[in-house]
Amino acid sequence: MRIDLDIIQNWIAPRTRVLDLGCGDGYLLELLGRHKQVSGYGLEIDPQQIERCLQRGVSVVEQNLDQGLGNFADHSFDTVVMTQALQTLRQPHLVVREMLRVGRECIITFPNFGQWKARWHLAFSGRMPVSDLLPYEWYDTPNIHFCTFRDFEVLCRENNWSILHRQVVSETRLGAALKDFVPNLFGETAIYHLTR
Amino acid sequence: MTALSSENSLSVAARAAVEPGSLGIVVPQSHTFNEPLALACGRTLQEYTLVYETYGELNADKSNAVLICHALSGHHHAAGYHSADDPRPGWWDHYIGPGKPIDTDRFFVVSLNNLGGCNGSTGPASTNPASGRPWGPDFPLLRVRDWVHSQARLADLLGIEQWAAVVGGSLGGMQAMRWSLEYPERLRHCVVIASAMKLSAQNIAFNETARQAITSDPDFCGGRYLEQDRLPRRGLAVARMIGHITYLSDDGLGKKFGRELRSGTFELGVDEEVEFQVQSYLRHQGDKFSGSFDPNTYILMTRALDYFDLARRYGDDPVAAFAGARCKFLLVSFTSDWRFAPERSREIVDALMHANLPVSYAEIESPMGHDAFLLPNPRYERVFATYMNGVAAEFAREGK
Repeated sequence: MRIDLDIIQNWIAPRTRVLDLGCGDGYLLELLGRHKQVSGYGLEIDPQQIERCLQRGVSVVEQNLDQGLGNFADHSFDTVVMTQALQTLRQPHLVVREMLRVGRECIITFPNFGQWKARWHLAFSGRMPVSDLLPYEWYDTPNIHFCTFRDFEVLCRENNWSILHRQVVSETRLGAALKDFVPNLFGETAIYHLTR
Repeated sequence: MTALSSENSLSVAARAAVEPGSLGIVVPQSHTFNEPLALACGRTLQEYTLVYETYGELNADKSNAVLICHALSGHHHAAGYHSADDPRPGWWDHYIGPGKPIDTDRFFVVSLNNLGGCNGSTGPASTNPASGRPWGPDFPLLRVRDWVHSQARLADLLGIEQWAAVVGGSLGGMQAMRWSLEYPERLRHCVVIASAMKLSAQNIAFNETARQAITSDPDFCGGRYLEQDRLPRRGLAVARMIGHITYLSDDGLGKKFGRELRSGTFELGVDEEVEFQVQSYLRHQGDKFSGSFDPNTYILMTRALDYFDLARRYGDDPVAAFAGARCKFLLVSFTSDWRFAPERSREIVDALMHANLPVSYAEIESPMGHDAFLLPNPRYERVFATYMNGVAAEFAREGK
């Protein structure tokens, strides 16, 4: 299981209503439904992922996040989740704003472009990083808005969004040991729990 | 029958028998209901007949039944062939049969001709017992809810307390949604394909033009054409042509016909009429339809479509309407369908989400317009099959 999904589970209360933006194969919603009686919907645009959701019996709605969440009422969900999709959005800040309108809280995870590997790659090869985690060439990638942890926190501050929790995840042993001291350098994935 | 044609029919029969996914020969049944049916218009039908087909086997605890609701010009014959020399299978044969999305190896499928129809169920062309003459224009106006109530009587007859799923496209989707509100405990899933909570003004306008084509045909005789041994065929053909244009997309028509000519030439100096392929196609569709469909039924069905408004009785609030529903929903729409556009399906999805009901929605890429819901399409088939697979898994899991 993806570590970020494991952590998110702990931040969601039982029997609440969750909206999962870019829900992928529906794994998180299935887990939340089974272990916490959480109800909700996933939004997804990839046809194959939508079929995987249907296989799991997860409620999935085909909807493009770049077109906003105008069809959802204010505070209609307890938590709005978006894992590893922030960097693919055309206007990430507007989507986060919408998430906080539709949900009382929101949980966002994204890859840290400030991690040392990316910095190393850019600094010494002079080219955009390509790694296992981010395996795309710059000209052909769904990831069009990378940011670092620090960038994201500046965005939160500018918009007066409060950070309830922040957790940094690293899959490597070195990263795991150092991420708590210098998160923006060693964390691979950030998980932010926000409210207004 | 010549030797050649009997050979042909044998090959069709052989094909139906061995064609994977085909039900082969299916036989319609009918039942006359004697308990009066109170209609939405205030009138009562003292007795009526429904013709229907069933495919697959009803399981021991009767939990695997699926109801198919047909669209405007549909009927009970949804899948399989009626005879060895039947040139075409039922109207939804792509999606109903062994191993198909509505898998008759697992589901017991019930498909009927709706009340007011002209394929065997009681309708305007039937004899009015009060007068001994065809009902014609005196046949009561029907609403979608009347169909749903009559379908519930059919379920009672077959011993089906609760449908595993009620499934319909277009006008059929409206019936499926109405089921979820009228009999919330009697279905576990509601599959609504290329449908809407109500028609738009543009849609009603098309239907009205079609009806005007029929009623202005001199052979219409105020709807009493059967008594006078006449038939407003030209009017009905035009109505069907209008419908056909709107069921296809601009792109779909362009791809299929372009500006290809069937006869004639554009060469200067030649005084010969040009006929485009699309003209010939539309005329053929119109003629075929007007020889087999009852004009009063066409008027009745289009009116039922126009009057349908899911939320009218719920203060025009679809969320309030769906608040009473208990089933899970699958919604499907098609990108080029402009008669029942994806926006209409999204409105339904939004209302269902607001009502906190389980719903999944797929918007299928297709150039085929509204007709797409009847046609082969790999993604549509996968979505439909995957969902129905989940429906079947429920009664399999419960050891039923």
